[in-house]
Amino acid sequence: MPVIRKKEKKEIGHISTSSLPDIVFMILFFFMVSTSMKETELVVKFKAPQATEIQKLENKSLVSYIYVGPPVESLQAKFGSAPQIQLNNSFSTPQEIGQFIASERDALNEADRNKMTVCLKADKDTRMGIITDIKQELRKAEAYKISYASVKAVGNLK
Amino acid sequence: MARKTPEINASSMADVAFLLLIFFLVATTMDIDSGLNRVLPPWSEQQTDAPDIRERNLMLVHVNKYDQIAVQGELVQVSQLKDRAKEWVLNTSNDSNLPEKKNETIDFIGEYPVSQGVISLQNDRGTSYEMYIKVQNELTRAFNEIRDELSKAHFGRPYAELDKEQQDAIADAVPMKISEAEPQNIK
Repeated sequence: MPVIRKKEKKEIGHISTSSLPDIVFMILFFFMVSTSMKETELVVKFKAPQATEIQKLENKSLVSYIYVGPPVESLQAKFGSAPQIQLNNSFSTPQEIGQFIASERDALNEADRNKMTVCLKADKDTRMGIITDIKQELRKAEAYKISYASVKAVGNLK
Repeated sequence: MARKTPEINASSMADVAFLLLIFFLVATTMDIDSGLNRVLPPWSEQQTDAPDIRERNLMLVHVNKYDQIAVQGELVQVSQLKDRAKEWVLNTSNDSNLPEKKNETIDFIGEYPVSQGVISLQNDRGTSYEMYIKVQNELTRAFNEIRDELSKAHFGRPYAELDKEQQDAIADAVPMKISEAEPQNIK
């Protein structure tokens, strides 16, 4: 009996891996389709507040981002820990928002310009003062559509 | 002829694919941005007074720097806010202190008394963003629930399951009027 068993084991051989590339390519394509490239390096850290009535932002190419939050740890020695505004890849003042919006708008098609949305990604511990300043600047820059980034709350908000 | 072509060694294909896969995993993000969508009022140079809205049509929501909420000058909790807003907008008893309604003809629905109420949200510079979003969320929830109820009454389905035209009709009947007022300091 043991002799026969040994023979059976040899017959199994190794598993064919010829379909492995296909499987990996499948996963690859899934990730290519469902993800998007990181465009900005965050210099502020933020934890979005929770909300239940959130809506998805439809067209990513029409969205401009403004980040608000305390600088990341590595930059805190230089910039302190007070909340800062980040436009593109660097810290900015509220006064620079007008220019930022203008350049973002210029990058869009003529037809899409009035559909531009500003996504405000602010840390939940920020005070409203800085947010209000941003909102005032956005109104001046005629960027009226705004989305307060928030994450889906699990269960009830209390 | 075809038989003679040698088979290409494809054993490294998996490695190449894995390499690409890992590159995409690292270089991309998957999060879909979501948030509360709002439309800001246009900017005007001179600080204009609030547009002419009758007092009964205006619900004032204040949030002060201690994150306390006041509705029409009365202190409330976040959990009460949604029901207060809903009650106020719906005005089921046609109270003369609550917002007036104007009959409008809307596709699919027909004649419907559209509430003229506007919720004005005012915050202090010291209000925390988290509380502000919570308040915005509760107010949105009030409107969404009203829309859902109307949608169920007319179409027998919740608002989210309606098609585009029906959603627009419901949105016309229950306009989400939340005004983010000019900044001011609130005691």
